[in-house]
Amino acid sequence: MTTLAILILAIPLFMFLLLGLLGMKMSHKLAGWLGCLGMGTTLVLAYTTAFTYYFDPEYTSEIGQRLQVLLFNETWLQFTEKLVINIGFLLDPISALMLVVITTISFLVHLYSLGYMEGEKGFQRYYAFLSLFSFSMLLLVVATNIFQMYIGWELVGASSYLLIGFYYTKHSAVSASKKAFIVTRFADLGFLLGILILSFYTETFDFITLTSNPDAVLTRFGGATFMGASALTWALILIFTGGMGKSAMMPLHIWLPDAMEGPTPVSALIHAATMVVAGVFLVARMFPVYLLDFDATLFIVCVGGITAFYAAMVACTQIDIKRVLAFSTISQIAFMMVSLGVASDGMGIPSHHGLGYMASMFHMFTHAMFKALLFLGAGALIHAVHSNDYTAMHGLRKYMPITHVTFLIGCLAIAGIPPFSGFFSKDEILAACYHWHPFIGLWMSMVAGLTAFYMFRLYYLIFWWKEHKVEHGHTPHEAPLPMRIPLIFLAAVSVVAGFIPFGHFVTWDRMPYDIHLDLAVAGSSIGIALVAIFIAYKMYCHENNAPAKMKAALPALWDWCHHRFYWDELYMFITHKIIFGLICKPIAWFDRHIIDGTMDAFAIVTNKASYAIRGLQSGQVQMYVWVYLIGALLLAAVGIICVF
Amino acid sequence: MEITLIYWLVPTLVMFCCGVYGFITRKNMIAILISLELMLNAVDINFALFNRYLHPEMMEGMFFTLFAIAIAAAETAVAIAIILNIFRSVKNVDVQGIDQMKF
Repeated sequence: MTTLAILILAIPLFMFLLLGLLGMKMSHKLAGWLGCLGMGTTLVLAYTTAFTYYFDPEYTSEIGQRLQVLLFNETWLQFTEKLVINIGFLLDPISALMLVVITTISFLVHLYSLGYMEGEKGFQRYYAFLSLFSFSMLLLVVATNIFQMYIGWELVGASSYLLIGFYYTKHSAVSASKKAFIVTRFADLGFLLGILILSFYTETFDFITLTSNPDAVLTRFGGATFMGASALTWALILIFTGGMGKSAMMPLHIWLPDAMEGPTPVSALIHAATMVVAGVFLVARMFPVYLLDFDATLFIVCVGGITAFYAAMVACTQIDIKRVLAFSTISQIAFMMVSLGVASDGMGIPSHHGLGYMASMFHMFTHAMFKALLFLGAGALIHAVHSNDYTAMHGLRKYMPITHVTFLIGCLAIAGIPPFSGFFSKDEILAACYHWHPFIGLWMSMVAGLTAFYMFRLYYLIFWWKEHKVEHGHTPHEAPLPMRIPLIFLAAVSVVAGFIPFGHFVTWDRMPYDIHLDLAVAGSSIGIALVAIFIAYKMYCHENNAPAKMKAALPALWDWCHHRFYWDELYMFITHKIIFGLICKPIAWFDRHIIDGTMDAFAIVTNKASYAIRGLQSGQVQMYVWVYLIGALLLAAVGIICVF
Repeated sequence: MEITLIYWLVPTLVMFCCGVYGFITRKNMIAILISLELMLNAVDINFALFNRYLHPEMMEGMFFTLFAIAIAAAETAVAIAIILNIFRSVKNVDVQGIDQMKF
């Protein structure tokens, strides 16, 4: 198993180095297939590892609890006796789950990109970056300590930056990549501070030490407080801030919609299925510590709840199909966050056997599959019509039957219609919310309804609305085979994934249990979803003026949603007007005039003075001798006067 | 009448001053070089004198004189070479005419 673990990390890294260093010497085809081969091998190894872990009784204790296994854990940096940073491979239910998710989606995206990116300039570079991303993400999820996770965390951020800015000649892509990098970096500052506070008190980075004995953490913290909140709350909220940045929670969500400037398969892999759930994974990894502090979990629930609703509202009014999916991703990740938050009851004991934890991980799994499916479907559509806007798509169902069917499956899954996978996971989340507090349950049900509405709005506007107008004799065509296979595979997974007895694999205390459908919750959420789909059908299935009427009836609301509640403008205002205008400009003035001015004055004075006396260097050697002689005589005279 | 140190120092001082005067006033570079030699020789004699009168039991002054003569020979060779090169390029050995090295 240890060999497998090392190979799982080493192969993507090796592929990155190979394709990154020698890629330019390879043909596109060779580089692409090498990338696929590397990822395919990793996929097989990861599946073997996960399968062995879940089904081999060796990894289960006598009472049926799944064990946390350190496949290896080597000292990487030793600063002092206590301050040691390890690199290792921690195998437990959630890291095994993530191994499966990451390698599956990554492999499918590698395959899909063979078709989607065909003939692009920098094809080899693209595959190198994909491998780098896969490596970093795997490093992140198998981390044995917070610091290793932080390393992976920054590496996925960097590879996300590289891939968003893949079309580096396009101005919007470059600014989007910078925005993503800066916003997540800003959030990571919080993460780092959180790590420092937590490890300052607990004197360890190690996850197992932290999570196996949460009471010890509490004791370590003692009663330390800072500005009215306990130090533990600060640490946990700051760590969560890192998660908020990566997982695009409000108010740090602004980078994700812009990140859609990257190639669509990248959006599917990084900005839908894997990297953006890193925040959820982080909270799940630290869950026993989060249980200790109700303020922190309450914060998570509030942030998640508001973000879920906000993103769903915005998704209802976007025109760019990838933006709709991006906001839908934000909303769904917020679901997972809320679910993790409601798994705590504030007494240090998970409420309802940690149902929310299991539901969150379940949703993370199903969401990765169906959202990757939707993004890859969107990629096929964009590939066909060469535009991101649904206005260029209307009525595509006849031209692209496979994309149509798979996209519909994705929509049904995310809307929560049984028997598709999203129904089961979302039902668990809603049940957990209702158990925690009826209000949050109702709130999330409403967001689930909105989800169904905006997804079917998108679906109808892409595939129905009106007959497709064929322009310039360019008929939209079905995607090539390497793009169709991932679509069909993911659609199949999205249909059946809901029937996985997820409670047997992933629970907060690693004890398997049977999950039950909460019939009242399930019934009501199906009802809400069906009503929402029906409204979407009425409004968008055939061309009519209902959407225009709605827009006219609520112009302010539409405007706010369409402009994403003016968050970007607010950020622009804060950064440009306040930070740049009121802080940076005076500092720049001071730098330019006072500091530079002083330095310039030295230079100018020296310059002028030398210009004035340069006549002394006349080139007349005998003149110099005169001056020297007189000087020497004067010095001698001075010396003599001083002596006597 | 005993010949004391001062009887020797006066002529060498005169020699040195002649050298300085020549160095400053002559225009021909060869003449300047000769003036320079005059100054050097005055100093060399002084070395020998001080050694002979003040520390007759030691030899440092004598050796210093020998070194100075050797170095003066080398320096003269270099100076002559420079003067020759200057003459080749500007056909002139007048020191006042050679002011290319000014600002």
